[in-house]
Amino acid sequence: MNNQQQSLWQFMRQEHEKLLQQTIEHLGLTFTSLLLAILIGLPLGIWIARKKQFAGSVLGFAGVLQTIPSIALLGFMIPLLGIGPKPAIVALFLYALLPIIRNTFTGISEVNATVKEAARGMGMSSWQILFKVELPLAMPVLLAGIRTATVINVGVATLAAFIAAGGLGEFIFGGISLNNTNMILAGAIPAALLAIILDFLLSRIQNLSFKKIKVFLWLLPVAMLLLSSFYFIPNLGKGKLLAGFTPEFMGRRDGDLGLREIYGLKIKTVVISDAVMYKAAFEKHLDVISGYSTDGRLKAFDLTILEDNKHIFPPYYCAPVVRKDALQKFPELEKTLNLLSGTINDSIMTDLNYKVDYLKQSPEKVAHDFLVKQQLFRPSRNGKNGTVRIGSKIFGEQYILAAMYADLIQGYTNYAVATKTGLGGTKICFDALTNNQIDFYPEYTGTGLLVILQPPQKTTDSISGSKPKVYNFVKKMFEQQYALEWLKPIGFNNAYALMMRSKQARGLHIKTISDLKKYLQKE
Amino acid sequence: MIVAEHLRKDFGKTAAVDDISFEVKEGETLVLLGTSGCGKTTTLKMINRLTEPSGGRISVNGKDVLEQNPDELRRGIGYVLQNNGLFPHYSVAENMAIVPKLLKWDQQKISQRTKTLLEKLHLPEKYLALYPNELSGGQQQRVGLARALMADPPVLLMDEAFGALDPITRSAIRKEFKQLDEFKRKTIVMVTHDVQEAFEMADRICLMDAGKIKQIGTPAELLFNPADAFVASFLDDQRFQLELKAVSLNDLWERHASFTGIKSVPFVSSESSVWETVSIIQKNNLKQISIHQPKTDSWKQTSLKELMDAFFTLQKSA
Repeated sequence: MNNQQQSLWQFMRQEHEKLLQQTIEHLGLTFTSLLLAILIGLPLGIWIARKKQFAGSVLGFAGVLQTIPSIALLGFMIPLLGIGPKPAIVALFLYALLPIIRNTFTGISEVNATVKEAARGMGMSSWQILFKVELPLAMPVLLAGIRTATVINVGVATLAAFIAAGGLGEFIFGGISLNNTNMILAGAIPAALLAIILDFLLSRIQNLSFKKIKVFLWLLPVAMLLLSSFYFIPNLGKGKLLAGFTPEFMGRRDGDLGLREIYGLKIKTVVISDAVMYKAAFEKHLDVISGYSTDGRLKAFDLTILEDNKHIFPPYYCAPVVRKDALQKFPELEKTLNLLSGTINDSIMTDLNYKVDYLKQSPEKVAHDFLVKQQLFRPSRNGKNGTVRIGSKIFGEQYILAAMYADLIQGYTNYAVATKTGLGGTKICFDALTNNQIDFYPEYTGTGLLVILQPPQKTTDSISGSKPKVYNFVKKMFEQQYALEWLKPIGFNNAYALMMRSKQARGLHIKTISDLKKYLQKE
Repeated sequence: MIVAEHLRKDFGKTAAVDDISFEVKEGETLVLLGTSGCGKTTTLKMINRLTEPSGGRISVNGKDVLEQNPDELRRGIGYVLQNNGLFPHYSVAENMAIVPKLLKWDQQKISQRTKTLLEKLHLPEKYLALYPNELSGGQQQRVGLARALMADPPVLLMDEAFGALDPITRSAIRKEFKQLDEFKRKTIVMVTHDVQEAFEMADRICLMDAGKIKQIGTPAELLFNPADAFVASFLDDQRFQLELKAVSLNDLWERHASFTGIKSVPFVSSESSVWETVSIIQKNNLKQISIHQPKTDSWKQTSLKELMDAFFTLQKSA
């Protein structure tokens, strides 16, 4: 919560370079795509106004594009165009098309038929009619379309941060992941202001008289080109390797900040959503990514973790966190839960995750198969001696662990089991536990330290390099503050990690983060 | 000047214009008259190729219109529409300059011509900077007429040109327009459904129905010599007034001795209709009015009673 004490203004001043960069990127994305949409949409709108029989299908198609959820559209673009500005611009372009085509079509169709006939009757050619009569008279409607498209694009452009295209979304999504309100607002307020200001300016142009509008019609495309060009200037330089980090990773001390401070790592970086990050690395759009060490996609996409030889990523060892009163109520519970301890290391967990996330096997089946293989499985005793409530967060690894614990409790004790899986994020799961909605759930030491306890920076720095120190600290603090017990760690460490494609890492002889730094410093 | 031969226009399977032939002489005004859907507007628009004929020939000034570039053809033919068709985003001056600019006139020639026409149409020069929506309906229509006359085309096509105006403004502008020497020199084809308007403006009327010509002739011919029952019944409602409009003082000139050659003021031209003469007599409460026949430069005189007697005698003999 340290960041909360800092005022929004302080945050914005401190991050003003980033803020400016993101705003320029945002404008660039918005206007590049808008310009493209005008270049394509305007002639298309004119064409369907002339050939009305095609109007239905063209408008229908543009309408369907509009209904695709923005994040899905961005997702579709990645296999085709990779990551970065290209897919973002294409996606925004597709969104801007409908208002522009539709308003061009409507504007031109609504030009008074008598005026058009008068123009023809006086001997104007159809091009003269288009440029001297139809377009000027359709201009207010047309500008309304451009205005709508602009506002839509400013909004959707925030999502560009998910696919490494930059923009104000970097702050917004970084802020959400880090639970940092100032950071969210530092992105959201400028984005909203951009939308409001652009909408206002365009509405002024729209309401100008015919005489004055002529001047602005030349200014508008020039201004758009200028604004879009800003975007491409800072992107000209290209490094040896390209890194893609999540917005959350970018803002964390045990993330990008630590990499810079402790390793002195200087790598060209883009911000990207973890949903597409692994695939982008696999498809060679990115070389280094910030992943989770037990993610199933590590195996699916043949990625290698770089060793954190200076220990900047705190350990995220997983262990069940149990209510003290539950341990008393169910005396067999502690012993049973500890059965799992020491059985799952990083690579086993990665493999289990791979089966669920990538091979789409059910978590229950994966849990069952694993217990059978480890000879831990026992058929259910259908116990009636009270019900143990198991919670889990909303991702595959937690589902697998919850299923294993359920099997173990049913097989080894006379207790019944109720699972409450998919309890959203850490906050929701932890609140359910302290409010006696569940009896235990699997938690990670690093999360307990940084998200729940949030001790002063000094304390964190002093312990975060060591697995036992962190474990002992959270165990002690949880007991004191919340009457919760950390049982024995299961064994795997689902921490942040830098990863590269295995083949590339081998080829460049990069095994540790320091190796990466050395490679980047070489000529 | 304008010759149409076996003109036809099909929309799908129905013929909007069905084998029409007519001729408009230089300087003549031909009014295409008929109810909505009779094909009069379609006929008009085929002259400047806003509608392409399905068959037949039209020539203007001896040149087949179908062999000319349509845009160039139209630049040489004045065109006035109902609702004036002024460009709302152009000022009055810009509207009037459209055709001259298409014809690549220089700016000086354009402004000179604009001034001349404004004067003739009684429009103050300050209107030039105004936009159409800042003018009244009557003023807009005047500008519309001025625009059509700018390049001084020999042929003028008018499609219900006064149709959108209220009756009083309409008849005022009509009268004004008729007086214009610009107008008198032109070969005009005019479409209207207003019988009164047709009788006021026409040298000859072409009465149409269901795509065919029922009768072409002078107003008097249509009234007193209808080709069939349709023509007669078409005019029946307003017959008396029309007859007063159709008969000119010239028509009564030789027939009646009641005109004696005393020259005095006020006077009217013998080309005036009985209708116009009666309204002048009544408006000014005149006992006697002199009549001047320009052709022979001779003078006669009449009173209201004598005029009406002469008119009724003519009517009976018809």
